[in-house]
Amino acid sequence: MSAELTQSGAEILLRALSDQGVEVIFGYPGGAVLPIYDALFNQNAIRHILVRHEQAAVHAAEGYARSTGKVGCVLVTSGPGATNAVTGLVDALMDSIPLVCLTGQVPTHLIGNDAFQEADTTGITRPATKHNYLVKRPEDLARIVHEAFYVARSGRPGPVVIDLPKDIVINKAPYAEPAPQHPSYRPRTEPDLAAITQAVALLKSAKRPVIYTGGGVINAGPDASAMLTEFARITNIPLTSTLMGLGAFPASDPRFLGMLGMHGTYEANLAMHGCDVMLAIGARFDDRVTGRLNAFSQDSRKIHIDIDSSSINKNVPVEIPIVADAGKALAALLGAWKADRTPVDTSHMTAWWRQIDAWRDKQSLKFTQDTSPGGIIKPQYAIQRLYEISKARGKETFITTEVGQHQMWSAQHFRFEEPNHWMTSGGLGTMGYGLPAAMGVQIAHPDALVVDIAGEASILMNIQEMGTLAQYRLPVKVFILNNQYMGMVRQWQELLHGGRYSETYSSALPDFVKLAESFHATGFRARNVDELDDVINAMLDCPTAVIADIAVDQAENCFPMIPSGAAHNEMLLGPEHESSGIGVTDEGMVLV
Amino acid sequence: MPVQADNTLRSATISVLVDNEAGVLARVIGLFSGRGYNIDSLTVAPVDAAGQWSRINVVTSGTAMVIGQIKAQLDRLVPVHRVADLTMDGPHVARELALVKVIGNGEQRVEALRIADSFRARVVDTTLGSFVFELTGAVDKIDAFIELMRDLGLAEVSRSGIAALARGSRVI
Repeated sequence: MSAELTQSGAEILLRALSDQGVEVIFGYPGGAVLPIYDALFNQNAIRHILVRHEQAAVHAAEGYARSTGKVGCVLVTSGPGATNAVTGLVDALMDSIPLVCLTGQVPTHLIGNDAFQEADTTGITRPATKHNYLVKRPEDLARIVHEAFYVARSGRPGPVVIDLPKDIVINKAPYAEPAPQHPSYRPRTEPDLAAITQAVALLKSAKRPVIYTGGGVINAGPDASAMLTEFARITNIPLTSTLMGLGAFPASDPRFLGMLGMHGTYEANLAMHGCDVMLAIGARFDDRVTGRLNAFSQDSRKIHIDIDSSSINKNVPVEIPIVADAGKALAALLGAWKADRTPVDTSHMTAWWRQIDAWRDKQSLKFTQDTSPGGIIKPQYAIQRLYEISKARGKETFITTEVGQHQMWSAQHFRFEEPNHWMTSGGLGTMGYGLPAAMGVQIAHPDALVVDIAGEASILMNIQEMGTLAQYRLPVKVFILNNQYMGMVRQWQELLHGGRYSETYSSALPDFVKLAESFHATGFRARNVDELDDVINAMLDCPTAVIADIAVDQAENCFPMIPSGAAHNEMLLGPEHESSGIGVTDEGMVLV
Repeated sequence: MPVQADNTLRSATISVLVDNEAGVLARVIGLFSGRGYNIDSLTVAPVDAAGQWSRINVVTSGTAMVIGQIKAQLDRLVPVHRVADLTMDGPHVARELALVKVIGNGEQRVEALRIADSFRARVVDTTLGSFVFELTGAVDKIDAFIELMRDLGLAEVSRSGIAALARGSRVI
């Protein structure tokens, strides 16, 4: 037996990764993973991208995974390597991104001894991952790697950690092929057809139906998005999307109401509030979407399709729960809708669309750009111009964001036609996500335009990754809407805390143009509206990485807004509309 | 009609069959503490000949929606094979073992022994000044016994938490 063992654990690990289709690993070396780096050095099948911080490695793998539909892969060392990765892992957990993160660990005989760079990685990451493993025996290594990839991509996707003690990757180990079936984890993907029939009957009888979709449709693959589009078109049902779901349905389709929720459009939120039948697909009714729960769409009958049964009936009770893959459920819905001969009463739909068009006429995303010479740039206008100019150029475009006002404005004003082209930290709201995520996207799509729409505060949280962009010549464009404030926090302080701007002014900002240059990238600055288009064009023409520092209106707030603890029909519209005073209850104040 | 949430609280005895591996109990407990669910009782032990599977019995309480959530959250853990709500799935038996130490002299001691006898508790340790009783039964029987011992020199209690099975030929 031992004579057959010719490969080290590290070599077995890389072979298993290759068999799982891994082409790229984002990582950072250290003592406990030296044998793995040694094995990487001796092969060409897997490319390693050296990041500047382990958190960025995870976000880069997230960007890679979301833009390709593959499982992202990360390699970090023990102790601080693993703890630095935790924010990225929770981010991937919240947003259902499939990842496998390999962490180094001290040798098995030292575990528990407070050894150098030892941390209880499986203990720390247990609530931060979908599942995690500590490999204790060489003969388990290959099986665990295969299992980890299966768990990461099956059911509701998520991050999986494999903790690898140093002796396990040094010692000889046997290889094992992937097992045909997992012993316990076999999530349901096929819908219950009786429930699908019920859902179609309910939708056909609806007077004011609405479709509400989320990231689950994107995770189900491009076919699911195509079927969603067909379903909305043949049924003529209005459709709204969560932040995570943007792109699953073309924004240019007149049935698209825009994003819903806290910073969603007037028409999307009022359609949700006033609908009589709601079809939720791959969305989880989170607090940013529902507003005050006991006022959320009280009069609607709800159908909820989700691959994760724990997402159904978690926040909002639903009448028809369907546990299934969004794509398979949509295929079944399409089939059942076409087979069912019951006519739809079009007069109800006509009236419903008339109502929605009246809400649309409010133009809740409206803003006024001063176009006179020297006019201050509105952040919405900067995004709108970025959208229009990049679209006119026709190059495949991916957008990532950091977290805050710029993120919401991007969701509102950049129009997505396809899935997998929009990456943002939705659930966890991780500032510093966008730049490393853009890196991962650019690695997967070397010829595409990848723009990180950023704020000047968020970008500094992972700014060191400019070094990674330089090393791998990744032409990522960082488009900073610079208002010199942590804008979203400042907005809440203005609206809810009497304008006391506690610690939200970004003092001592770097000169972003010089910062770009110091990292071998190109810097541009737009100080007013006259310079905006030139800067965007120069940025898109530039063959290198770019930081474009766009000075925007410091006082601009993101509207519409449903304040904490308010209902969908208690939305605040912006200064473009009649002023409606903000009324937040004590209960609302404790919400985030 | 739109579904309304039912806010009445109920108790649930949930049995979970899991892989008998390191960390699985921590996953289950972490799920309960991380999501703010109650644990009123918890037992865990291997239950098959090979020692590959363990059964965890949890007594919890919450609204119907919360208990549904607990089941769904448990079910999506990777090492979990089966989850059953014994309270909802039909009649079940639930039993607990308790060791109860009573310290006393004279008439108190005689009375403690007499009550123990009527509860079918066994004396598993005795000295001239103390007893340790072993008592098995439903949770309320054990509660009642401990309550009675309070005035008779109750010193220390150790309870196992409940083990539970469905009645009849049903298995989870």
